[in-house]
Amino acid sequence: MKYSALSILREGLRGHKGWKPMWRDPKPKSHYDVIIIGGGGHGLATAYYLAKEHNITNVAVLEKGWIGGGNVGRNTTIIRSNYLHPANTHFYEKSMKLWEGLERDFNFNAMVSQRGVINLFHSDPQRDAFARRGNAMRLAGVDAEILSPEQLREHVPILDFDNARFPIKGGLLQKRGGTVRHDAVAWGYARGADSRGVDIIQNCEVKDIIVEGGKVVGVETSKGQIKANKIGMAVAGHTSQVAKMAGIKLPIESHVLQAFVSEGIKPFLDTVVTFGAGHFYISQSDKGGLVFGGDLDGYNTYAQRGNLPMMEHVMAGGMAIMPAIGRVRLLRHWGGIMDMSFDGSPFICKTGIDHLYLNGGWCYGGFKATPASGWCFAHTIAKDQPHKLNEKFTIDRFREGKMIDEKGVGPNPWIQ
Amino acid sequence: MHQINCPWCGKRDEAEFQYQGDASVKRPEPDASQDEFFNYVYMRDNPKGWHTEWWHHIGGCRQWIKVVRNTITHEIHATGGPQDDLELPKADVK
Repeated sequence: MKYSALSILREGLRGHKGWKPMWRDPKPKSHYDVIIIGGGGHGLATAYYLAKEHNITNVAVLEKGWIGGGNVGRNTTIIRSNYLHPANTHFYEKSMKLWEGLERDFNFNAMVSQRGVINLFHSDPQRDAFARRGNAMRLAGVDAEILSPEQLREHVPILDFDNARFPIKGGLLQKRGGTVRHDAVAWGYARGADSRGVDIIQNCEVKDIIVEGGKVVGVETSKGQIKANKIGMAVAGHTSQVAKMAGIKLPIESHVLQAFVSEGIKPFLDTVVTFGAGHFYISQSDKGGLVFGGDLDGYNTYAQRGNLPMMEHVMAGGMAIMPAIGRVRLLRHWGGIMDMSFDGSPFICKTGIDHLYLNGGWCYGGFKATPASGWCFAHTIAKDQPHKLNEKFTIDRFREGKMIDEKGVGPNPWIQ
Repeated sequence: MHQINCPWCGKRDEAEFQYQGDASVKRPEPDASQDEFFNYVYMRDNPKGWHTEWWHHIGGCRQWIKVVRNTITHEIHATGGPQDDLELPKADVK
């Protein structure tokens, strides 16, 4: 059923009795052309673009829990494409362009809100570094502008501009950045994929990946064996665990990133502000809650919860830059498990095993990448070779000395 | 919250320490192959369960200490100095 103003009106008159489930709940078939392991944003987007762009519809998405129950539902919903390195800039800009047309494309309201993303700077050298990044973005066709302190005051008056340690000297603004309703992204892609024939199979845990003669042939799952010509892994957070089933070791560590939501308050902040120097970023949801976060806890973990020292650090960062939030009460907080790669950049690539493909290593940048990640991964699987946009996101880049180290901190995933 | 038993200072709060990564990888000999160095620098088991790791007691004695910690429960099984070989608990290793 296509969603439209007319369909709402029609269902309104019928007492909303005609709405159908957004996707089926099929039993797994014994064989598929393509299996995607992981029913998160990236896996569902991959299935969607396999069907839509490559006409491959005999596809199953296998999800251990329920779709949208992992990191696509545990992030802080920010989208942006403000990267320095060309491989990242072009890839994330592709994602931004897909975000801009996504709701019409998959006929679902994902509440894409291009409210702008501002990175604050506090010194002349930092302004130079941000101007350089802004210039690199503009050269790649991405929008970027430097805001003076006066312009920034007009934009976000509630900041503590005269902070003693981190006086605010301006910001790098990407106007097209913003926020998206994260759950709706999973639902929209799921519905779009399902309507094109993709089987979304929930509560189906992959227990083993079957490799015969250097080629992947299927998976063992909690619902039995399922064969496939091609298999894609999109399980960020647990990529090491799933890849291990195929005997693959990866340059990835799993870390926890915490996020926080305050009680709902009146409109207070109409953009996204990041305070990188103090490990704090914030936006306000449409419900009124302040959504904010900081840095990794910084130790290997698979526990979807963080610890108090990082909570305190994030709150301190918030109080330093936005003291007005001091009396707002915290409503909830949680942690998500990140695939931290050794250069902070992702993998969308072939593996050493034929017809087994890898999508992972998203660090804490996975959500904004969802559309382009699915789009590029679908291309890589369908053509058995990467698209130009993801050809640098390989595992071998480390062996070849071609890291894409946006932060420049070297092979230490806990500070990437 | 982690409380880490520093062999020199006793049980201290996690906030005194800086994590320094997987302690099970060993630096290869200088004439080792490029593959061995590649594995040492970049490849990790990333286990779900018991993990031997470095923590640097920067807010205390500044020693590097070895910790066996569970990456699901955050339970700490053992701590020791850099030269100590710490055994992993037999159960719950994945």
